[in-house]
Order: sequence, then C-alpha cells, then structure tokens
Amino acid sequence: MNVASFAPLAVVLPLLGAALTFLLIRHSRAQRLVSIGLLSLTLLLECWLLASVWEGGTAAVNIGSWLPPWGIVLVVDQFSSLMLVVSSAVSLAVLVYATGQGMADGDQDAPVSIFHPTYLILVAGVSNAFLTGDLFNLYVGFEILLTASYVLITLGGTGPRIRAGVTYVVVSVVSSVLFLIAIAMIYGATGTVNMADLAIKLAELDQGTRTVLHVLLLVAFGIKAAVFPLSFWLPDSYPTAPAPVTAVFAGLLTKVGVYAMVRTETLLFPGDTLNSPLMVAALLTMVVGILGALAQTDIKRLLSFTLVSHIGYMVFGLAMSSVAGLGAAVFYVAHHITIQTSLFLVTGLIERRGGSSSMDRVAGLAKLSPLLGVLFFVPAMNLAGIPPFSGFLGKLGLLQAGVQLGTPLAYALVAGGVLTSLLTLLAIARVWNRAFWRKPEDAEHPDPVLLAAPEDSATGDRAGKSNVTLLPRSMVGSTLGLVVFGVALTVFAGPLFKVADQSAQEMLDRSSYIQAVLGEDAPVPVIASPAQDPQQDPQLGQQQDPQLGPQQGGQR
Amino acid sequence: MSVNLTLLTVMGALYACAIYLILERSLTRVLLGLMLLANATNLLILATGGYAGLAPMFSKDIDPRDYNDPLPQALILTSIVISFAITAFMLGIIYRTWVLARQDEILDDLEDLRVAETPSFDAEDDAEIPAETSEFPPARNGSDSGGISDTAMGTSTATILAGDRTIKAEDAAAEERPGSRNVALGPEEDKK
Repeated sequence: MNVASFAPLAVVLPLLGAALTFLLIRHSRAQRLVSIGLLSLTLLLECWLLASVWEGGTAAVNIGSWLPPWGIVLVVDQFSSLMLVVSSAVSLAVLVYATGQGMADGDQDAPVSIFHPTYLILVAGVSNAFLTGDLFNLYVGFEILLTASYVLITLGGTGPRIRAGVTYVVVSVVSSVLFLIAIAMIYGATGTVNMADLAIKLAELDQGTRTVLHVLLLVAFGIKAAVFPLSFWLPDSYPTAPAPVTAVFAGLLTKVGVYAMVRTETLLFPGDTLNSPLMVAALLTMVVGILGALAQTDIKRLLSFTLVSHIGYMVFGLAMSSVAGLGAAVFYVAHHITIQTSLFLVTGLIERRGGSSSMDRVAGLAKLSPLLGVLFFVPAMNLAGIPPFSGFLGKLGLLQAGVQLGTPLAYALVAGGVLTSLLTLLAIARVWNRAFWRKPEDAEHPDPVLLAAPEDSATGDRAGKSNVTLLPRSMVGSTLGLVVFGVALTVFAGPLFKVADQSAQEMLDRSSYIQAVLGEDAPVPVIASPAQDPQQDPQLGQQQDPQLGPQQGGQR
Repeated sequence: MSVNLTLLTVMGALYACAIYLILERSLTRVLLGLMLLANATNLLILATGGYAGLAPMFSKDIDPRDYNDPLPQALILTSIVISFAITAFMLGIIYRTWVLARQDEILDDLEDLRVAETPSFDAEDDAEIPAETSEFPPARNGSDSGGISDTAMGTSTATILAGDRTIKAEDAAAEERPGSRNVALGPEEDKK
C-alpha cells in the first residue's frame, strides 16, 4: 500500500482534533489531552511520510479519485514533507507551551478555551498549504490558516490586540484577494488550476502574459512572506498577540508564504527574468529589516524585525535558482522556523519572569534565572549565525552559492548577508547586555516581579505574584525541547543539507513532480531561458538529462 | 475566449471604490471596501468563464462548446463563503473597537510613536565619558569621605555633552528619568 495515500490525514487529523476540542470546550483537561495527542499523531505520520518520500520519491494522491488535472491533488515530495515535519514539531512544542501557560494562569474563562480548536485549524491550514498541488486549494489552505490566525491574534479582545488585529486582517485580506485575482487570470489564460498542469501550460504562454501572472503571484505571496516593500504590517501586528501565538505565527505563517514563493519560482515560472528584482528585494529586506530591529526596545518587536530581515536570506537563496542556492534556502527555512519560534517562546518566559518584554524594564535575568539565560543565548547566537550553529551553516551555504554565481548583484547580496548577520549579532547583544547582564537595580520602571526576593524565585517559583508560577515546568520544558531541536539541526546538518539539496534538485528538475501528478508519460517542458523562444516544443523535455536542468540554472 | 464588457466595467468601478474605501481611516468604510474588493474579484473569476452558456449537465446531444464553464462558478462559491466569514469577523472586531474606545477609527500604534519620538541621544550609551568615572557622584561623597572630594573645591566642573547642550556630569543620570528634556514620557506616565 502506498504510504502517500495517508497524506490527507495530515490535514484531516488536526481538523478532527479541532472538532473534538470544540465539543470538549468545558473540559479543559480532555481538551489538552486530545489536541496534544492528535498533533503528536500527526507529527509521527509526517515523519513516516518523509521517510517514505526519501525512499520512494515524489508521490501524489487524488482526492476523491478525481483524476488530475480536474480534481484536487495532494503532492508529497521531499520539500513539502520536510516542511510538514518541521512545522508540526514546532507547533507541537508551542501547543505544549501554551497549555502550560494556560494551566499556570488558570484558563477557565471562555476566550482561552477557544484556543485549542483554533490552533488545530491553523495547523490543518498550514499542512494543507504545504501538501496541495492545486493552486485554488492552496488559496483555500491560506484562507484556513489566515482565518484561524485572525482569531488567535485578537485572542481576548484587548485594545492593543484589536488594533493590531485590524492591520493584520486588512493586509491579509488584500493579499488573499491579490492571490485570487492571480488565480482568476491564470485560469483565464490556461484553463487549469492544477499546478503540475500549469507548469506545462504556462510555458506555452507568451512572455508578457507570463510576467504579469508571475509578478501578481509574487506580490501576493510577498505580502504573506513579508518581503521588504510589503513587510511593514508584520512588526506592527505580531508582538501584541500572546507569546505562544506570536511564536507560532513567526515560525510558520511567513514560511508558508516563502514556501508558496518557492513553488512559484521553481514549478510554475522557472527560468523567468524576475531573479534580479527578487535579489534586490532580498537585499533590501535583509538590511532594512535589521536596521529596524536596532531601533526597538521591545524584545518581541525586535524579534519581529529580525524575522522580516531573515526572510531576505531565503528569498536570496530562491532568487539564485541554482541547486546550491535553493538547497541552502530550504535548509535555512527549516532552521529559521525552529530558531525564531524558540526565541519568541523564550521572550514569553522573559516577560513572565521580568514582568515586561521591554529591554529597558528588565535586567539581571542571567543571575535571576540562569536557565533562562541559556535558553535565550543558544537560539540567539544561532540566529546571529555564530559557528558552529545551524544559522552559520545555512548562511555559509547561501554565501557560497552567491559567490559561485559570481554576478555583481550576487556579490552585493553576499556583502549584505554578512552585514545583516553582524547587525543581528549587535541587536541580539543589546538584548543580552540589557536584559541579562545589567543589575536589576538599573532597570527603568521595573516590574515588582523583577525586584522581589530573588533567592526564592531563582528556581522559577513564586515572587511578588504569590498565586502565579513564574516559570512553569511545561513552558520551560517545551522551550528547552525546541532549543534542543534547534541544536539537533546543527548536529544533523549533514543529512539535513542532503535532503535540502536533493529537494532543490527535484524542484529545479520538475519532472518528478509533474510525472507524479500527471502520470509517467506527461511532457516536461524545458526550462525556458529568456534568450530562447518560450514557445518551444514541450516534448524536448523528456530527452533532457535530469542532471542538466539545475546546472543550467546555476550557470545563469 | 470572449469577455463581457459590462461585467468588466462594473468590476473596474468596484475595484476603484474598494481601494478608495480601504484607504479610509474609519473601520466600517474599510469593511465596505473589503466587501467590494471580494465582489469585484468574484466578477473577475466569472469573466474568466467566458460568455454565458447552458447549465453544465451532461447530455449526449449537446455540443460541449455550448456548456458554461462550471469551474469558475465553483471557485466563486468558495470565495463568497470565505469573504462572508471574514466580513462577519471584521464586524465583530469593529463592534469590539466601539465597545473599547467608543470610536470607529484605526488607532495609532503607541510603540511606533515612541520609537519615532525617541531622541538619537541616549545618556547611558552616548554620553562622552567624564574625567571622573567613579560610580559615586561627587556631590554625595562629601558626607562620609572626610572632605576629600570634588565638592571641597566648590562646584563640580565635570560636564558632558548631552545631545545639543552641555549638562553637569552629576545630572547625567537624571537625564534618563521621566520629566527630563531628553526622554519622552512612556504610555504609563501619560495616563497619570
């Protein structure tokens, strides 16, 4: 039996969990049990999928036995299964963290009990977006995860959250409408929304039409992925949400946008002329984002800006469209999901222990809670790209690919990447110096929690607020788990880089994706370089050596 | 493929109104803008189906070209449902804003304003280090150090450059406190 036919379960299980937790809304213990249990089950299933794809190659499932290109198809290839595993692992850690927070603070009131069903719907939407091989189904996946995220970002309905929620909802809706417009135009031009079918039929369109469709898709996904000129909504809207929500948004939602951009660039419009604009956008995203981070005093906002900035690295890898560049970008996505999420989780712990997430108002945390110091320090150094962490390996891969490419623009991006890495270190060092190394007395307007009796709160128990556990074990445990997972990405960087490179090769080659969906005899169009006639014979692709396509991309 | 010009004109008008309304500051108008945007896009999808045709129910005697394309209509149905959900959610948010703030406008971001107003001078990081680097301000040394202090010489002369003016070294610490000319009030102080 084909393992890939279990792929729909990655979407169905979280949705089932959402229904069950909604029924159990009055029984918080059962709710926690169901949601954590089902999400663990999903994670196991996705690990199994990844293993089977590694052995057996790309596989496709036709939903309801409707044959492609008419029916909706789910495609499991190395990239999508890798993203599924990382995203589910991260969302499971965040779920445990949020559950711990709920247990510590008492989550009897209604708005928080809605958290579990909404969160599981979000996970289902993310899985659907990663798995789908149908452009309109991708839109539906986006809408599922966005609608769930609207609820999560305004959880509790306080003033600042509503204000941030309005920005977020309006920007997301506009980007979704742009995506829908792009789908409508693509359907008008080709008569299909199946991505494998589109890969063949878009190549037959003339260059002008293709560029319009390409730009429309990239703008729609660029808003979701927060690429530079379209990134201003993110630091305004993410930081006000509850810590676990911000963490999961930072980890997953922008990466779904990056994933969609990768599919657009590799599957739908390979070899088109937009690589240079993308590189400029990547450079500006990196530099402008990190300069924004340096101006912040709130740690959550600072991290939101570093999030925007590091999206630039992924776009850089994508824009090179070589195996080395794309492989490094895939590795970087997996690394960044983990690290950014763990940093936001640690910030949530800082906020509990120090009473504030502003680095002016917290100080001396290294002495108050050394464990918190370690939990912050490891992913922070990882984010800044200090060897030997995975952040360094990912950036090294990108820079090597950039040097290999050797164009002036690529060298500019290499320089920009190094600069961004150094400025990230500076931003992180400011947080470290102020929040961890200063004396608590130096903090401005400190929260009473920070100053109250350090000796009996060093273990993370009570101080000031007598009825609240400051650092509950489940919150620290899940953060620790995620930090260890981030370190594991460093330790197992070899195999991971191999998967990333293989998936990059697969994506640039396209034949395995198209043939998995449309059958073995589907014609795979050759990647049309700008100099060539775009209307060339699609049959040519079959004789093409699978190794040749990616190398062509690399030399351009 | 042929297109219906009336549909396209209506679609263009809807898009224009939608974009105008979204740029307003009133939330209700933004909501109306989003609804128009969704409807304009539905018309666009409808236009991709070409001219109206027969209902797509299969019959052997009908030429396939006479049928209407059913897929765009399925897409529109999905997008109507989604925009319905979003409209409902936005209405909820607008009501909540009204309950909280008694106004129907998007509020400014306090943190953005704070960052914009923060002076580039930071007394802790940027002040030129005065000659006297002792942790104890000279003025307070007098009482317990038996007269061996700067205060014995009358007034302390150590000054530092604070932004565009010069202040005494002993006042530098006060520069970071609320009420100083260099520090904008935080949101907490504003309320008091």
